[in-house]
Amino acid sequence: MTLFEEIAQHYNYWVTILLMVSGLYIVVAKSNMIKRLLGLSVFQTSVYLLYLSPGKILGGTPPILASEYSVYANPLPHVLILTAIVVGVATLALGLALAVRINEAFGSIEEDEIVPVIDREDHAA
Amino acid sequence: MRLDTILRIVAKIFIPFILMFGLYVQLHGDFGPGGGFQAGVIVAAGIILYGIIYGINAAQRAVPPGLVEAMMPLGVAIFAGVGIAGFFTGRNYLDYSNLMHGDMVHGQHWGVFLVEIGVLVTVSSTMLAIFYAFAGRGRE
Amino acid sequence: MSVEHHAFHVTEHLPALAAVVPLVGAVLAALVRNGTIAWLVSLAVGLALPVISILMLWEVQASGPISYALGGWAPPVGIEFRVDLANAYLAILVSVMAGVVLAGSPRSIDDEVNPENRAWYYAAFLLCLCGLMGMIVTGDAFNVFVFMEVSSLATYILIAMGRDRRALVAAYQYLIIGTVGATFYVIGVGLLLAMTGTLNLVDLAQRLPQIEATRPLFTAVAFIIVGLGLKLALFPMHLWLPNAYAYAPSSASAFVASTATKVAVYLLLRFTFSVYGVDFVLPETPAATLFMILASVAMISGSLSAIFQTNVKRMLAYSSVSQIGYIILGIAMISETGLTGGISHMFNHALIKGALFIAVAAVIFATGAVRIDDMAGLGRTMPVTMGAFVIAGLGLIGVPGTAGFISKWYLIQGAAEQGMWWIVAVIVVSSLMAVFYIGRVVEVAWFRAPLSDAPRRAPPELVLAAVALAVAVVIFGFFTEFSAGVASDAARVLLEGYAR
Repeated sequence: MTLFEEIAQHYNYWVTILLMVSGLYIVVAKSNMIKRLLGLSVFQTSVYLLYLSPGKILGGTPPILASEYSVYANPLPHVLILTAIVVGVATLALGLALAVRINEAFGSIEEDEIVPVIDREDHAA
Repeated sequence: MRLDTILRIVAKIFIPFILMFGLYVQLHGDFGPGGGFQAGVIVAAGIILYGIIYGINAAQRAVPPGLVEAMMPLGVAIFAGVGIAGFFTGRNYLDYSNLMHGDMVHGQHWGVFLVEIGVLVTVSSTMLAIFYAFAGRGRE
Repeated sequence: MSVEHHAFHVTEHLPALAAVVPLVGAVLAALVRNGTIAWLVSLAVGLALPVISILMLWEVQASGPISYALGGWAPPVGIEFRVDLANAYLAILVSVMAGVVLAGSPRSIDDEVNPENRAWYYAAFLLCLCGLMGMIVTGDAFNVFVFMEVSSLATYILIAMGRDRRALVAAYQYLIIGTVGATFYVIGVGLLLAMTGTLNLVDLAQRLPQIEATRPLFTAVAFIIVGLGLKLALFPMHLWLPNAYAYAPSSASAFVASTATKVAVYLLLRFTFSVYGVDFVLPETPAATLFMILASVAMISGSLSAIFQTNVKRMLAYSSVSQIGYIILGIAMISETGLTGGISHMFNHALIKGALFIAVAAVIFATGAVRIDDMAGLGRTMPVTMGAFVIAGLGLIGVPGTAGFISKWYLIQGAAEQGMWWIVAVIVVSSLMAVFYIGRVVEVAWFRAPLSDAPRRAPPELVLAAVALAVAVVIFGFFTEFSAGVASDAARVLLEGYAR
C-alpha cells in the first residue's frame, strides 16, 4: 500500500484531526468571546466525527431489524453522540448567555479589553 | 416582519405541519429513527418560527414563559419518575420490565414511551427557554 | 397475570439512589420556584445522601463491591454502577460536604444571590451534586462524561451567580477550559472504544492487555490524563480555578472547592490504576515522573501565589492548587503508603477547605470583607468564626493533632520508603509557606485594631457549620480509623486493579 493510499483511506480521521486542531486553535488564539465559543463548538464537532465515522459499516443499513437485511451500522456511537450533541448545545447556550451578560456588565466581549479592567478591579477592591 | 405578507401566511400554513411532524417523529420513535430529542427540537422550532415571524410577544402569548419554565423540570420529573417506578416493581432504576404487571414486552414499550414523553417536554421547553432568554434580552 | 406486590428495599438500590435523590431534589427545587422551599428540599437531600453513602460503604465492607445494572441491562452491555471501597469513600466525602454546606448556607445565599435566582441556585447546586455522585458511582466511561458535564454546567451557573460582575468572566473562562477538558477526556474514551469496543471500565481493564497496537492506547491515556488534569486543576492547568473560587457565592465556593476537584482526582485514580493498571501504563510511560514533577511545582508555586494574594478567597483558591499537588504526589508514588496519603488528603483537605471557606462566608456575611486587610480585628469581634478558621488553618499547615498532619505524615513516609528525600523537603517547604499565608490572616485578625465596632451578626447555622468542620479536623487528627484506615484499604483495591 502506498503512502497516498494509506492517507486517503483514513480520510475521515484527517477531517477529524483538521477540525479538532482548528477548533482548539480558535479557542486559544481569539480574544472575542463568541468566536472562542464557536471554536469550542468546532472542537466538539470533531469528536462527533471521531466516534461516528468508525461506526459506519460499508453496505450496512440503519440498525433497524428487518428480515431482508443482515448488515447494520453500529448504533452505539450514534446514541453516545446524540448525548454529546445535547451536552454541546447546552454548553454553547450557557456560554452565549454568559457572553450576553458580560457584554451588559463590561460593555465588551473582547477578552483583551475585559482582562485589564478585571485586573484593575482586583487591585483596587 | 409585520408587513411581510408572504412570510406570515406561509408560516401560518407550515407551523401546524411542523408540529404534526414533531409528533410523528416522537410517536414513531418506537419503530424507527426518532424520539424525544429530535421531536422536541422540531416542536420547539415550529414555535420559534412563529416567534420570529409574529414577534416574541405573540409567541409568549401562545406559550407563556412561566409554562416553559415549569415544563423544563417537569420533563425530567417524568423521566426520573418512570425510573423510580422500577424500584417499586421489584426491578432496578429505569428497568421497565414490570411496569405492566409482569408483561415484559409491554412494560418496556410503555417505559420507553413515557421516558420519551419526558424528553420531549424537557427538550422542547429548554429550546424555547433559550430562545425567549436571548430574544427577550435588552428589550425591557 | 396476577398482580405481584414488590417491596422497595433501599439497600438494593443504593448506587442508583446516590444519583437519583439529588436529581429529584433538583427537579423539585426548580418546580417550586421558591427559595425557602428549595432550600428545605436541598437540605433533605443533603441529609439523605450521607446516609446512603455510609450504607454503601457498609455494604462494600461487608460483602465486597456492589454492581448495579441500570435499567436491568447486565454489564458490560448496559450501564453499570459499580461501587468499591475507593468510590464509597469519595461518596461519603462529597455527600457529607454537601450536607454541611447546605445546612449552613441559607442566609448566606439570601445575602449574596438575587431573590428571583435563589430556587435556581439550589436546583443548580443539586444538579452539581447529582453529577458528582454520578461520576463517583458509575462504572461506565461514557456515563462519566455525561455526569461530568452535568456537574460542570451546574458549576458554571453557580459561579456566575456571584454578586460581583467578575464572576461572569470567571464562569466563562471556566466554561471554556472545563469544556476543553471534558472534550479531551471524551476523545480518549472514543479511542478506547474504537480499540476495544467496550465502555464498561471493568471490561476495558480486561480487554486492554489483549490489544496489540498500543499506540492508540497511549494516545488515549494522554488525552484522558490531560482532560482530567484540566478538571482537577493540576499545575499548570489550574488557571481557571482562582477566579472561579474567588467570585462564586461563598457557600458555592465552599462546596465546589472541597469536592469538585477531588472527584476528578478520583477518576484519574480509577483510570491510571483500576483500568490501565500499574503493570501496563505506568512503567511504560513517564506519567508517574511527570505527575511527581508537576505536583511538586504545584505545591511550591500554589503556596507562593497564595502568600501574595490580597483577596482571602483567592488566597484559599491558590492554596487549593498546592493541596491538589499533595494529592497528586501521593498518587505518583504508586505505593500503598503514598496512595493512602493521597486519598486521605482528599478527605482531610475537603474538611479543611470547607471549614475555611465557610468561615470566610460568615466573615463576608458579617462585614462584607473579602480583602485580608479588611479582616482587621475580627479575632475579637468574631472569635468563634475566626477560631474555626485558625483550627482549620492549622490543619492546612499540617500541625500534629489535626487531620492535615495525618495525610502529610503518610506522604512523607511514602517518600522516605522510596528514598526520595527531595520530596520530603518539598512537603516541608510547602507546609512552611502555608504558615505564612495562614499566619498573615491570623496577624491581621488578632493583632490589629478592629475597623468597625460592631459587625453584623453572622448567622449561627453558618458559624456552626464552620465550627463542626473545624472540630472534625481535630477529631480526624486523632481518630484515623475512617480517614486513613478506609483510605489505605481503598489504596490496596486500586493497586490491585480491575483486571485481576
